[in-house]
Amino acid sequence: MMRLTLGPVLYLWDTDSWLDFYRRIADEADVNTVVLGEVVCSKRTHFHEQHLPEIIDRLRRGGKSVRLASLALITLAREQRSTRDLARRDDVEIEANDIAAHQVLAGRRHAVGPFVNVYNAATAKVLAWRGVSSICLPPELPAASIAGIAAALPDVELEVFAFGRLPLAISVRCAHARRKGLTKDNCRFVCGDDPDGLLVETLDRQPFLALNGVQTMSSTYNSLLGELSPLAKLGVGAMRLSPQRCDMVAVADTFRAAASGRLAPAEAQGRLADLCPGVALSNGAIHGAAGHLTVPD
Amino acid sequence: MELICPAGTLAAFRDAVDVGADAVYCGFRDETNARNFPGLNLTRDELATAIAYARPRGVKTLVAINTFMRQDDERLWTSAVDDAATIGADALILADIGLLAYAAERWPEQRRHLSVQAGAANSDSIAFYVEAFGVKRVVLPRVLTIAEVAALTRAVPCETEVFVFGGLCVMEEGRCSLSSYATGRSPNMHGVCSPASHVRYREEGAETVSELGAFTINRFPASEPAGYPTICKGRFVADGEAGYLFEDPVSLDVTQHLGELAAAGVSALKIEGRQRGRAYVARVVAEFRHALDGTGAATAGNLSPMSEGLRTTAGSYNKGWR
Repeated sequence: MMRLTLGPVLYLWDTDSWLDFYRRIADEADVNTVVLGEVVCSKRTHFHEQHLPEIIDRLRRGGKSVRLASLALITLAREQRSTRDLARRDDVEIEANDIAAHQVLAGRRHAVGPFVNVYNAATAKVLAWRGVSSICLPPELPAASIAGIAAALPDVELEVFAFGRLPLAISVRCAHARRKGLTKDNCRFVCGDDPDGLLVETLDRQPFLALNGVQTMSSTYNSLLGELSPLAKLGVGAMRLSPQRCDMVAVADTFRAAASGRLAPAEAQGRLADLCPGVALSNGAIHGAAGHLTVPD
Repeated sequence: MELICPAGTLAAFRDAVDVGADAVYCGFRDETNARNFPGLNLTRDELATAIAYARPRGVKTLVAINTFMRQDDERLWTSAVDDAATIGADALILADIGLLAYAAERWPEQRRHLSVQAGAANSDSIAFYVEAFGVKRVVLPRVLTIAEVAALTRAVPCETEVFVFGGLCVMEEGRCSLSSYATGRSPNMHGVCSPASHVRYREEGAETVSELGAFTINRFPASEPAGYPTICKGRFVADGEAGYLFEDPVSLDVTQHLGELAAAGVSALKIEGRQRGRAYVARVVAEFRHALDGTGAATAGNLSPMSEGLRTTAGSYNKGWR
């Protein structure tokens, strides 16, 4: 049975939206695991930190397992301290998104997120030997690579990034703040004005990318609805749904229906397109093509 | 501080040795290194010739095998490690955890450096690579200020190396799939960012349009030279306004801060540019050699004609860049 994981909210959402979102997920979403925590920018952490205990508790009461994710890029002393504090927690599973978190967690069971470069079974084996029990693979990994890794590591749960804008790059420079004439250090949290990312178009007005603070994402939403069955056959255990500003409960239902065979892939894709109006879907990377493309199933 | 210089060809390698490099880094002619451009890099025989030229002159040869092993094609990477070690490289520059594990087990005595592509930007990450694979030196990603470089260098049980001149990655190295998203060719797996095979220039009225894959990266009026379409240096529209969203077409130049880097305890300074010609390598290396020997000051003025886009920045080394 394919498991569904709700990835961390990668954007800065205002506290009310964030709380409403997770309360509804806890009560209504048909997902197995929910990953919480700030992955993109340590400056945002204080917005939601104090509400995490309430949300963790509510998600668990809703039958979900909960993971806390580490930052993806750790450069400051305080970022390293908070990552160590996170990695030392034993009341919740931790997802390492930088090798620093994995280093502190070594020897204890933990997860690895999509920002750690796991491109081959040799790498996955090193991590598994050091305590990693599940890996969300990098979104640019093609199915051929996933197949080989899954075959070599039957005991590690492999997760694939299956829905949402693709995280493409991260920097210490904040392009989002820069766009508004600010810098990272005096950013006024302008990324919060774009809770689904700020669309970047080419000079010919073709949608291309999206800004999310220091992170650069795709303009398209990745969707692997059409690839669920082949990925399951390869041994992939979970699909990651990355929260966007659409009805994520319905998105999860659509993936569940497609994964269980209740909904044909084409029908599911149609339903998903209705849930994300005005956004192009893509699945190129899993087919070894350019990530922005849609390759027919 | 050691001066680490790039060589994309045997001729550039010899030039770098002749004008004062302490070490020269190069890669094999395939996807195992992050400058996998047509006509660039060395064959196995050329590496042997290069080492035979460098070693008697007291110059080290570092071999970059710094992309990530593609599943089911691992032999391309492991044979690169085997061959570089057998031919006599002074150090291997590696990024992939699986390949580091292979090199540490198969060639325990072979010195290993951690590539910038590993994106190790803090002491816990670096501790992982040192403890697990015996890495002796880490090339720091271009995401740190000089103060952070100094603090990190004090905190880690290995040497540090930093980039001081050449191309500037705006995004953290090793975790950027912008080019992969546009072209399907991945910097991490195929060793190439903005591959020439996907670059197109076309004239439209008075403008030159540069494209990467299906995307326009910039438009240049006749008065402006058309730059190479690297996504992070492209011109795009956000919020209804066009501009260089990530970074202007500039390159890195830290010549003004060499003293601070020395005081920070950095072991080695690295010049980017294995894809650049002999003239570039010879001139830039000579300029830095003079600066490090105190026989002359390398200045932005002296080197700026060598910089792509002709304008330079100290990038993340200055806090204000963020």
